[in-house]
Amino acid sequence: MTVFIARRLLLLPLVGIGVTLLIFSLLQLLSPEQRAALYVTDPRQLLALDSIIRTHGLDKPVTVQYVQWLWRVVRGDLGWSETAKMTVARAITTFFPATLELTLYAFVPIIALGIWLGTKSAVHKDKIIDHFSRLFAIGGQSFPTFVWGLLLLMVFYGALRLFPPGRLSLEANLYVLDPEMFRPYTRLLTVDALLNGQVWIFLDALRHLALPVITLSLVSCATLVRVTRSSMLETLRQDYVRTARAKGLEEPKVINKHARKNAMIPVITLSALLFVGLLNGVVITETIYNYPGIGRWGAGAALQLDAAAVAGFALFSALLLVLGNLTADVLYAWIDPRIRLR
Amino acid sequence: MSVLAARKVAAQTLPVTLSTWQTAVLRFRRNPLSLMGLIIIVGFILVALLAPVLAPPLANTRDPYMMPHAGYSPDPQAPRPGHPFGTTEQAFDIYYGIVWGARTAFRIGLMVVAMSVAIGIVVGGIAGFYRGKVDEVLMRIVDIFLAFPGLILAVVVVAILGPSLQNVLIALALVGWPGYARLLRGEILSVRERDFVEAARAMGANDLKIILRHVLPNSIYPILVVSSLDMGSVVVAAAALSFLGLGAPVGYADWGQIISLSRNWIIGSGGNAFAFWYTVVFPGAALVFFTLGWNLLGDAFRDILDPRLRGST
Repeated sequence: MTVFIARRLLLLPLVGIGVTLLIFSLLQLLSPEQRAALYVTDPRQLLALDSIIRTHGLDKPVTVQYVQWLWRVVRGDLGWSETAKMTVARAITTFFPATLELTLYAFVPIIALGIWLGTKSAVHKDKIIDHFSRLFAIGGQSFPTFVWGLLLLMVFYGALRLFPPGRLSLEANLYVLDPEMFRPYTRLLTVDALLNGQVWIFLDALRHLALPVITLSLVSCATLVRVTRSSMLETLRQDYVRTARAKGLEEPKVINKHARKNAMIPVITLSALLFVGLLNGVVITETIYNYPGIGRWGAGAALQLDAAAVAGFALFSALLLVLGNLTADVLYAWIDPRIRLR
Repeated sequence: MSVLAARKVAAQTLPVTLSTWQTAVLRFRRNPLSLMGLIIIVGFILVALLAPVLAPPLANTRDPYMMPHAGYSPDPQAPRPGHPFGTTEQAFDIYYGIVWGARTAFRIGLMVVAMSVAIGIVVGGIAGFYRGKVDEVLMRIVDIFLAFPGLILAVVVVAILGPSLQNVLIALALVGWPGYARLLRGEILSVRERDFVEAARAMGANDLKIILRHVLPNSIYPILVVSSLDMGSVVVAAAALSFLGLGAPVGYADWGQIISLSRNWIIGSGGNAFAFWYTVVFPGAALVFFTLGWNLLGDAFRDILDPRLRGST
């Protein structure tokens, strides 16, 4: 197990170099003037473009530039984001908690509903619940996030006035921004609201989270239903399941204790993929609901050619994805000894 | 092994036999969902081919892909005679956009998938066949591309290259190929150990011939399945980029573009939330059915080509 994890960790710097190299090469397509924002921490510095280009060697050979740039990136110095009006590093720490909160809430329905429906569907193959869940799975996978999101917005905000866009209503936002009254412990609003004893803010934040969470969950949940179902079907055919039934175990025990545990292995592999889906999904979801997370910032920056922000956003999402994959691998090895011992 | 025996081994493993086609036909006949997928896609192909008949461009138009203006109204206008699906803001005809958008969708899907598959086959093929150091280097490069969430990398590439449909195609191909490379490499690693490859080598075939004639045809099926599923998802990704404002220019017949024109009107007006429903429902439906069609078709392909999975999904 330790060897397995160590081997994975050793690969990380290599991936890091590759990822930064890819982003750096893309940035080289821009002119030195456009790249200058990557090297400043204050927009006033941009007034002296020539000196930035000279001091940071933007006209030097690319290898020299890459090493210089990489050194800044490693120290977390990613430049100035004009769209956010703050440094890129600051922007990430400002916007990421909102995105994290959104994805954490999305994980709950995805995992719970996905595994439950997938199992039910496999156990009752070709029954009504199976047909329903297959329809849900294939329909959910075919519904583009933004079409689904816009329809939800039309019904639940436009018509029913239930769930507004944004992250908080105006008065809740004013309250939260007041450092005297509200202390941001975790910067996850629902958690902070409870820690501060402000239930109304908690409810307000939940109201704003509802639609983005549903939007974000749909596609991933559909995928999970399908994988759980086919994996469960495969497992239910195995001999040891028949043995369990033959020795007189009750059906729920056979399903939940014997079959589902083994059926979960491909599902865990998939969870890394789910993570990718969620990261892609937040860009669209946050843009639709005007939810102030990292995805909306990244999409906005891309539209304005905010080079430093775009590069920072890409690097940060790659970091998240690599860490997500690592977690999935470790989890996988932990659950399935066949992987660990190989 | 004699030449004759080697030929025989090769013949036995030829992938497309009559029985595969027979099961294919049988499968489509038996599974109504697969048949539905086929019908949807054929429908879209017909719409795309017949676009000039279904929605004739104006006589003096320079580019039939640019949607014609129906007047100068800044608000969307409800469906009415002459404009069966209504018009968007800036008075673009939605029906026209959807019909010509089918062409755009096929163009995006086919070009991106073709480019991704081509690069994926070359890289994955070389890595899987030669193994060793070449494999190691190529697969680490693939890992680097896969370290980014696809849509985010595409957003970054389009942002840097500049928003346009062509750059969307480039970005999506850049994001798409690593998946194919990894998939093909895995297949080839197992195929190249099989007897018929050894037989071909014993007969004196060179590497290129072995790869093209023996290894590739036997490892290409998963690629076919994934690429048919990808036809839908690539078009959705392109539409998402258009929706974010990074794709086709305003007024271009592209479903994502039309949907993005509906964004300002989504909560309706004057107390009626559904006042502008047609601006999102029609182009949205086109996109959903297009993806659904390819998903169903991809599933059918998988069932036909991979007997292990038959009946499990």
